[in-house]
This record gives sequence, structure tokens and C-alpha cells, in this order.
Amino acid sequence: MADTAKNADSTEIKDKKERYKSGVLKYAQMGYWDGDYVPKDTDILALFRMTPQEGVDPIECAAAVAGESSTATWTVVWTDRLTAADQYRAKAYRIDPVPNTPGQYFVYIAYDLILFEPGSLANLTASIIGNVFGFKPLKALRLEDMRFPVAYIKTYKGPSSGIIVERERLDKFGRPLLGATTKPKLGLSGKNYGRVVYEGLKGGLDFMKDDENINSQPFMHFRDRFLYVMEAVNRASAETGEVKGSYLNVTAGTMEEMYRRAELAKELGSVIIMIDLVIGYTAIQSMSEWCRNNDMILHLHRAGHGTYTRQKNHGISFRVIAKWMRLAGVDHIHAGTSVGKLEGDPLVTQGFYNVLREQHNPVDLPRGIFFEQDWGDMLKVMPVASGGIHAGQMHQLIDLFGDDVVLQFGGGTIGHPMGIQAGATANRVALEAMVLARNEGRNILAEGPEILRAAAKWCKPLEAALDVWGSITFNYASTDTSDFTPMPSVSL
Amino acid sequence: MRNTQGTFSFLPDLTDDQISAQIQYCLDKDWAVGVEYCYDPHPRNIYWDMWGNPMFDLKDPKGVMMELADCRKVHGDAYIRLNAFDNTRAVESVTLSFIVNRPKVEPRIRMTRQEVDGRSIRYTHEIAR
Repeated sequence: MADTAKNADSTEIKDKKERYKSGVLKYAQMGYWDGDYVPKDTDILALFRMTPQEGVDPIECAAAVAGESSTATWTVVWTDRLTAADQYRAKAYRIDPVPNTPGQYFVYIAYDLILFEPGSLANLTASIIGNVFGFKPLKALRLEDMRFPVAYIKTYKGPSSGIIVERERLDKFGRPLLGATTKPKLGLSGKNYGRVVYEGLKGGLDFMKDDENINSQPFMHFRDRFLYVMEAVNRASAETGEVKGSYLNVTAGTMEEMYRRAELAKELGSVIIMIDLVIGYTAIQSMSEWCRNNDMILHLHRAGHGTYTRQKNHGISFRVIAKWMRLAGVDHIHAGTSVGKLEGDPLVTQGFYNVLREQHNPVDLPRGIFFEQDWGDMLKVMPVASGGIHAGQMHQLIDLFGDDVVLQFGGGTIGHPMGIQAGATANRVALEAMVLARNEGRNILAEGPEILRAAAKWCKPLEAALDVWGSITFNYASTDTSDFTPMPSVSL
Repeated sequence: MRNTQGTFSFLPDLTDDQISAQIQYCLDKDWAVGVEYCYDPHPRNIYWDMWGNPMFDLKDPKGVMMELADCRKVHGDAYIRLNAFDNTRAVESVTLSFIVNRPKVEPRIRMTRQEVDGRSIRYTHEIAR
């Protein structure tokens, strides 16, 4: 790219008279491209995957992305001269062709910290994804990754409880948590719904879950659901001696209504409530604030994300959403399974988990992490693996994701031939047997099926689960893969 | 009623060899292992009594197994669990906790419903003796 950069069109005009003469300049001439710029530790960095329209110079296009996501408009304005405009301009400082993908470029852009309001995800996203994705010279644009300076991280409160506090409240350690989504997701009356919750929890699950579109419909008003579910949760607790929970979805049309629903969940003694990603970033930050003040764990269902995270050339990578949600302060977030029915390349999915759970992310290109990130002691988010997973995959799930994850087997619990309790028991036994074996030093990836079969000898429900689902796999090519290593799908 | 608190309660009770292997796993990670016992396995009974402090700088699981044996002698009809503590920054909590001894007859937990406003109910749990 160095040759193109010498071109006059892609060089900032330093002479002020020339620079601020009325008219239209190239974005690079306006100063939005600086190949020599060395990002400051306090800059916010963004990496875009950019596909310019045919004939558009990549450097000019990169400068336009920097411009349109910071101070620029399409023409020169003299009022820039009333400001420290040189510092307010975002700077595209590096551009690399995407490996093996003609026409696409990775563009690195640095934003000065002053451009952003502290603690407001709405403000951050209004800048970074506010205008630029519809910009005509671009064929497509995808936000791949971001780096936040610790000074910026510290303006957010982060998860309201986080992984450690959640485990201490639940008194559950050293293994993944287990959950299931109550099914069918629509149509059950409150009383029938609570039955499913009771059976799942008594059988051995830690959590049951409302689905994303269970709110307050004619067949089940939210108050009814909350009352019956809490009866089920408390009965199951009495039958097992364990703390149990069910994610009560408080998603509603207004903040006022969400607060009302959350208050009812609190009055009834729930340990956890749930919201959907579609309520919006500010609403999520508000609900996190409420949860922090009410000792509540906050579960986020990433409803809607597939519309913009899945295609590689346009939208936002889920790793960026994961970072934003850690800032916004959720305690749980669905982050993929790799082996289940929903999109997810194994390494890329591990990258999401790392972003949620680690204090420091090194650059890790095969996992899609382009920037080093220091989280400044921000609490950790519990990832949730959900969607088409079953007990027969336990060794793969534990090998891929470790202990700090909620494994949710919805169909794999409720669809069990011996009933819901048996389905839950099968999953719990498979989980505990696998953790025990791993801790004993066995190679669970190789010996997993054997370990499960051994446990199934004394656990009929597990035997039945393996007989029904043991051979079910979802081997489809992932669309959202890393560009830096060829990814075989998980072998099963 | 089998109380299923702890990491391995859905498995058959662990043998001493199995317990020892789990302790070894913890020691290999530099976690300190402590023995705790209780007669009140309420879901929210956080503070079981400590049978001494967690054992720091231990290399051999035998150290824990000896303490466990002593605890069983005195509290053979109690719940006894092993807790592993990880002092890594950003963890600084329990990282494994499993029951290694149970009373011969495990108590039931009684749930009490207090009917309050509307259809709301306040739930409390207590150990049935």
C-alpha cells in the first residue's frame, strides 16, 4: 500500500488555506488517512473489513470510513477551524488486504478518547456504526474488532454480578452450569409452563430459561408465568438442597414495564432475570444498573444478532457485540456452541468466550482477535452455549469451553423419551462424569464416548439419551470463520 | 433425600482413591484444599464449619485425606465437603467443591409457603428433623 500512499490524492493537505478552501476534497486529503500514525494507548481502535465499490481507491475508502465515523461531512466546512479538528479526526492508519479474498481489506482506525462520552454504549455505537455502514463508495463493511483503553473501560460498571459472584450466590463450583429452555416456547399456560420448569430443575438442571419471545401474551400473562415458575423453582430447591433459578424474561415495550416485571421477579425471590438484545443498548445498561441494585443476575438472549453478525463481509462481528455487552453489564450472554445447530466456527467461538471471560486478551488471529485488550479488572461474563446440543457432546463442549459456561440442553432435556426429569438427570450425570474424568487426567476428547457409555451403565436416563441422540451432529460449513487458518469443522 | 449440592453429587459416592485424584488435580493447580462439615445442608447455608484452615502449599493429597479421616471420625454423620480455593487475581474464590461424606439418613428439606398479597407466596426452606 505504500506506493498508493504517496499519491497526492491520498496525502493530507497541510497548507491550511488550501485545506479549508470551500469545496470537496478527498477524505485522505482532509486528513483521515495517516499511514505513519502510531496509535496512542488512550485511543479507541477499530478494525473494519472493508469492501470498496469497484474503482474506489482502498486508501481513500479507508479514509472515508474514518471520516464518516468521526468528524467528517462530504464537503469542507470552515467551522472545523474553530475546533482542534486535527485531533478530533479519526485516523485510518493501516490497511491490509484480507488473505485469499480479493477486493476486501482490513482497515485499522484510531479514535481519540475525547470523541466519546464516558459510560455510554449508545454514544460509542452512534459514532462507530452510526452512519458509515450505508456510505455509497462502500460495497460492504464489517466491524471485526475493537480495542478499548483501560481509561475508557473504567467508565463502565460492567457485569452486575459476574462469573465469580454468580457462582458464590448459587454455591456451584468447578463445573459448567446446566440449563434448558422451556419448550414449546409459545402456547403453554402458566401452570403447564411451571410444570416443565419443576421437572427440569428437580431432575438436575441449575437453570431453566424463558425463550426470547416469551413475554406477556394472551396464553400466558407474565405475572402468571412468574408465580408458577417461582413455585417450581422453590419446590425443586427443597427437593435437591440446591439453589435453583429460572431466567424470567422481563423484556417489554417500555422501560417502565420492564422495571415493573423485574420488581415482581425480585419480590418472588428469583435469583435471575432475562432480557433480549433487541431492547437496545441503553435499555440493557439500565437493566444492568437495576440488577446491580437488586442483587440480581442478568441473562441476555442475543435475539436478532444473526441479522448482522453472520455474514462475513457486512455487519458487526459477534466478538464486538460480546465486548460491548461486557461493558454494558450483562452477566450471561449466549455465545455459541460450535457443535450445535447454530452458526459457530470452533476457534472463532472460543474467541468470543475469551473476550467475555478473560482479564487480558492477547492478539489471537486464528480466534479472530486483532487487538490486545486489557479489561482493567472488569468482571467476567458467563457465556451460554445453547442450540442443538445434547449429552453425547459433553466431552467436546467441556474441551472447547471449560468450566465457566452454562450448557443449555433444551430439546435434549425436554425431548427425552423417559421424561423431562430423566432428560435433566442424563445431562447432569454426563456433565459430572466428564468433569470427574478430566480432573483425573483422562483425555476426554479421545475417551469421551467411552466415559459416557460407562456412566450410562448405571444411569438409565443417560443410556436412553445416548441411544436417541448419540449420533446427531450438525456438520455444516461455518460462514463466520477466521481468515488466518483453514478451519476443519469439529469432527464427531 | 439425596442432597445434590457440590460438583459430583449425581455420581455414586466417590471412593477415597477418587477423592484423592480430585485433590491431586487441585494441588497441581496450586489451589488450597479445605475440609468443611455441617449438619444443616440448607440451600443457602454458606458457612459450613471449617475442619481447620484450607491447606496451603501442600504437595501430597495424603495431607487432606488424613484431615478428612479425622473429620469423619468426629463427624461421621455430618455432610463433609472439600473446597478448593484459587487465589489468582480475578478468581479469588472456590473453584471446586464436592461432598465426600453424607449422614446415613439424609434429612428432607421442608418448604413453607406464606400466602401474602394477591396470589404471591413467600417461600422459605428449613431442614426437617
